[in-house]
Amino acid sequence: MTAHSLTPLYPVDPDHLRRLHARLEKDAQDSDLLDIAYRTVDSAVGPLLLAATPRGLVRVAFASEGSDNVLLALSERISPRMLEAPTRLDPIARQLDEYFAGRRQRFDVAVDWTLSHGFRRTVLEHLNTDVAYGTTASYATLARLSGSPKAVRAVGTACATNPTPIVVPCHRVIRSDGAVGSYRGGPAAKRALLALERAG
Amino acid sequence: MPVGDATVTVDQVVKPPFETVVAQHGATVLRVVRAVVGHSDADDAWSETFLAAMKAYPRLPANANVEAWLVTIAHRKAIDITRAAARRAFPVADTPDSPASDRADSHDLDLDTAVGALPPKQRQAVAYHYLAGLPYAEIAIILDSSVSAARRAAADGIATLRRTYPQIDTARSNT
Repeated sequence: MTAHSLTPLYPVDPDHLRRLHARLEKDAQDSDLLDIAYRTVDSAVGPLLLAATPRGLVRVAFASEGSDNVLLALSERISPRMLEAPTRLDPIARQLDEYFAGRRQRFDVAVDWTLSHGFRRTVLEHLNTDVAYGTTASYATLARLSGSPKAVRAVGTACATNPTPIVVPCHRVIRSDGAVGSYRGGPAAKRALLALERAG
Repeated sequence: MPVGDATVTVDQVVKPPFETVVAQHGATVLRVVRAVVGHSDADDAWSETFLAAMKAYPRLPANANVEAWLVTIAHRKAIDITRAAARRAFPVADTPDSPASDRADSHDLDLDTAVGALPPKQRQAVAYHYLAGLPYAEIAIILDSSVSAARRAAADGIATLRRTYPQIDTARSNT
């Protein structure tokens, strides 16, 4: 007899494994072992990967970023104790639905800023509080708001590497000549978000 | 790769998210614990195994044999569960009267009885080799025995099963 040869005698029902997975999600959460919970949601700009630590939302990723790459990077930078566990993401998933339906202008969820440091974090925090729904700001304006008027390029980098796009609204930062500029989710996604907010 | 994320290259070993471990090995670990502790305690054994594994996962070397590591944890959890069951005054048999959720997977009571009747070392060696696919060198470490003793325990276990559960050779010829 060869290795694995008794496997057909022990059939495993996928639904049973799903129930065990759900129990593991809850046990891990209750034991403070669920360092990162993640799930995918559909949106008007394509599928979004959402990830949260116990402290808050830590990552929003577009499909173009490749979910495997994003999850590996989170595993390496924060913790490999990660499960696809939707419950922790329920509030932000609901709020994103409302946002894309034009019924929400601000997100009311905690953000974990772990992935942003120093000036980049300062920029993103200003962006989060100072640039309202339906408005735009230039990279130069945001540099001024962040206290370093000459750091326009660094502001561009901070926006381009925003770990939680849409929720922290880097899509509202555009070039001084009015062009939309680059975006982590691609320029089409950026234009779609700006159009959504103009209509809302 | 976006500038803000750690660059992931192929020659760099990055530990995958624990979700990947559950997805790749969840079914195998369930088969192993069903054989070792029986169906009625298998869900508890599976849950305790993966919770303990998740806790220890950050310290696991990136190049470790994940399946052998999981089976080692499952082995210890199964021993705990078997001891706790032995302390129960009236052991509850795994009968068709169990709640529906325990019977979601069709399971063969004759097989359970035959496997359950094997001495523990034989049952473990059979499960770790013929369900998890581990080599006897790994099984010897888990059972704290020599490689030849592990091989013999599995061979004796299979010989007994051929007698007590003859359908075992049908399963083999179907693979």
